[in-house]
Amino acid sequence: MDLHYTAEQNAFRAEVRAWMQQHVPREALPDYDTFEGFQAHRAWEKTLNSAGYAGITWPEALGGRGASLFEWLIFEEEYWAADAPLRLNQNGVFLLGPTLMEYGTEAQKARFLPRMAACDDMWAQAWSEPGAGSDMAAIRTTAVRDGDHYVINGQKTWSTRARWADWIFGLFRTEAGSQRHHGLSYLLVPLDTPGVTIRPIRQLNGLAGFAEIFFDNVRVPVDCCLGAEGEGWNVAMATAGFERGLLLRSPARYQQTARRLRTLYLANRDAADRDLSIRDAVIRAISATEAYALSTYRTVSMLAKGSKIGPESSTNKIFWSELDLLLHDTALRILGSRAELDTPESRRWMEGFMFAQAGPIYAGSNEIQRNIVAERMLGMPRQ
Amino acid sequence: MDFTYTDDQRAFRDAMRALLMVEASPERVREGWELDAGISPQLQELIAAQGLSALSVPEAFGGLGLADTDWALLSQEFGYYAVPDAALNTAYPAACLIAALPDAPSLQQATLPRLAAGELQLAISHPLNPLVADADRADLVLAWADSEVHAVPRSAVDVSALASVDPARRLYRVSLETGAGTRVADAAQGEVLWRELINRSNLAICGQLLGLTQRILDISIDYSAQRKQFGKAIGSFQAVKHHMADVAVQSEFAKPVFNRAAWAVEHGHPLRDVYVSQARLACSEAAALAARNGIQLHGAMGYTWECDLQIFMKRIWALASSWGDAAFHKARVADWLFAPDTEIGPGKTFI
Ligand SMILES: Cc1cc2nc3c(=O)[nH]c(=O)nc-3n(C[C@H](O)[C@H](O)[C@H](O)COP(=O)(O)OP(=O)(O)OC[C@H]3O[C@@H](n4cnc5c(N)ncnc54)[C@H](O)[C@@H]3O)c2cc1C
Repeated sequence: MDLHYTAEQNAFRAEVRAWMQQHVPREALPDYDTFEGFQAHRAWEKTLNSAGYAGITWPEALGGRGASLFEWLIFEEEYWAADAPLRLNQNGVFLLGPTLMEYGTEAQKARFLPRMAACDDMWAQAWSEPGAGSDMAAIRTTAVRDGDHYVINGQKTWSTRARWADWIFGLFRTEAGSQRHHGLSYLLVPLDTPGVTIRPIRQLNGLAGFAEIFFDNVRVPVDCCLGAEGEGWNVAMATAGFERGLLLRSPARYQQTARRLRTLYLANRDAADRDLSIRDAVIRAISATEAYALSTYRTVSMLAKGSKIGPESSTNKIFWSELDLLLHDTALRILGSRAELDTPESRRWMEGFMFAQAGPIYAGSNEIQRNIVAERMLGMPRQ
Repeated sequence: MDFTYTDDQRAFRDAMRALLMVEASPERVREGWELDAGISPQLQELIAAQGLSALSVPEAFGGLGLADTDWALLSQEFGYYAVPDAALNTAYPAACLIAALPDAPSLQQATLPRLAAGELQLAISHPLNPLVADADRADLVLAWADSEVHAVPRSAVDVSALASVDPARRLYRVSLETGAGTRVADAAQGEVLWRELINRSNLAICGQLLGLTQRILDISIDYSAQRKQFGKAIGSFQAVKHHMADVAVQSEFAKPVFNRAAWAVEHGHPLRDVYVSQARLACSEAAALAARNGIQLHGAMGYTWECDLQIFMKRIWALASSWGDAAFHKARVADWLFAPDTEIGPGKTFI
């Protein structure tokens, strides 16, 4: 064990910090679920990419920096510490990117990754369907082979930021009559294809943060299939653990929230300490945030030594989503009767609190994750 | 000893429920969001016509002269249907305060008959309640000033609106002038009056929180029977069932605490402050869990604007620290609990 950064890593941190100081917009950008905010965040992704920061772990030839996962952690720390904008293209860059890297043909990588890094293509995920939420293997949207195209019919839903996205990635049933996780293919679909209809869905905060997508004879060339036809489930699962376990939610995000929570607590300490359970919750929340950061460093160390992430990735997802709830719930308790108000002091906490409610639902609900932990990690009897 | 409600009390509750089921449907509540008052004038009139606004007005002034345990079932209906609470606050804590003024017959003459007729709206400004709900549309603001009670006409109140996470709430910061001309009770009288007002405001919130909890249980259980995954109703999965069972346990054990609190206020029991705060803590906890587990059970559907769950969840979040945060209520309990001559244990519950 050696808990020091190397000289190179320290130099990298200094570089990123200096860059963030120069480039992070002084004023927070408008919410990315508004059109104006979407445009502003897209422009920001381009700025990031100009420094090679959009997908820093990607090879340089594909628009990245060839950075190690430790450098990725450092980058994320500086990014969140600088209060930089949320990543508009996060589902593309963090989730599809690594999958393309592993399963894409050279042509696909060259075609998609640099444009993704530059946010010329903004990507949304399209797994869920009205009948396939937790039970993703119940996917029914079909993609029927017709010469060198697939013809897609059906419906996806809850697709985050699909409203103005350029492409989606997801699973489609390419083998007629196939059941469950067999006969699915991982397809990349341009949303400007004729036959695609997008219907925005408003979220708890009133903004249309996700959308339904309807497919009516949508023709997609076969070179938009990622991995082998019919092997989509394996392609999707191969990187799911990596995503759920690591890339989607870096600890820095919660560390920045924890920092804000400490500031909020100190600014309201006299009032907050009237209820010692608030002080207790602040300590627990901030300590759990550190535990999450430490656990991530351990995971990255193990990956650096060649290990793979297994079902323990599900522990991660449970931990960060419940941590986020605790951080925001504690903040609202400190704010007391001011918490409900749409004021500069409270707005961000209440928005964060509402979004935290979704954490135990998306990316595989926590009930499903607990089943995975119990059955696959702990070896307990199956239901 | 009888811990149950009378037939009359339940009949009144049922009549109220029959009205609200139709007139305060989720569609109607949503329509209210677009209106200045957060509630349709028609619904307000119907509530008054039901006799609700007359409930706490003494019979001598044309009211029904009913009391806190009579409100205990009704406030739950307000919560269950997420009716914005201006009518409840006017008819219950505020009306009780005016009726109890020892020394303000002309104000009582001027207001109580109109209250009974549902023609008057009141708002309350108190340090524990710095954001005054519905101040803009109130005819009169009952204001705290160094423990005195003042009745300030709307025309002498400046208000500035603040949006709440709950689209039905209409909150205001108010600034108002108080003086000899507005004083309706001196500080010594005021101490007593404000104490009862705080208790009643909290009973009103407790009832709403219990009703909201029940509503979330009902809609979630319904949804869990309809929604199928893995070929089964999601309600058949143990993890999902337990989410609802946990809420039901908390809610069932908050109700009798609430009942005792209402009874204690009605009868001027010396420990009523403690009992009210115990009830408030229990109801708040049950409601917060209902909101969390309710959205969890609904999955992504619960995160949408369209899903009616948000109506009830947001009301719970908004009421969380209204009329005293948890610290305030814990302190009221602790002051009694840890006093040297406090006795607890078997046989001490109803002493
Ligand atoms: C903010 C947000 C963003 C999202 N973004 C996307 C996106 O970009 N693309 C996309 O494809 N999807 C997205 N989703 C959808 C997400 O993947 C689903 O919400 C999730 O898979 C759960 O499915 P569901 O909502 O249909 O809930 P359901 O599957 O209906 O589940 C409802 C409840 O039942 C429980 N449950 C279900 N089955 C079991 C079981 N076997 N055992 C125990 N409990 C069970 C669940 O845990 C949950 O509590 C998003 C969701 C949210 C909230």
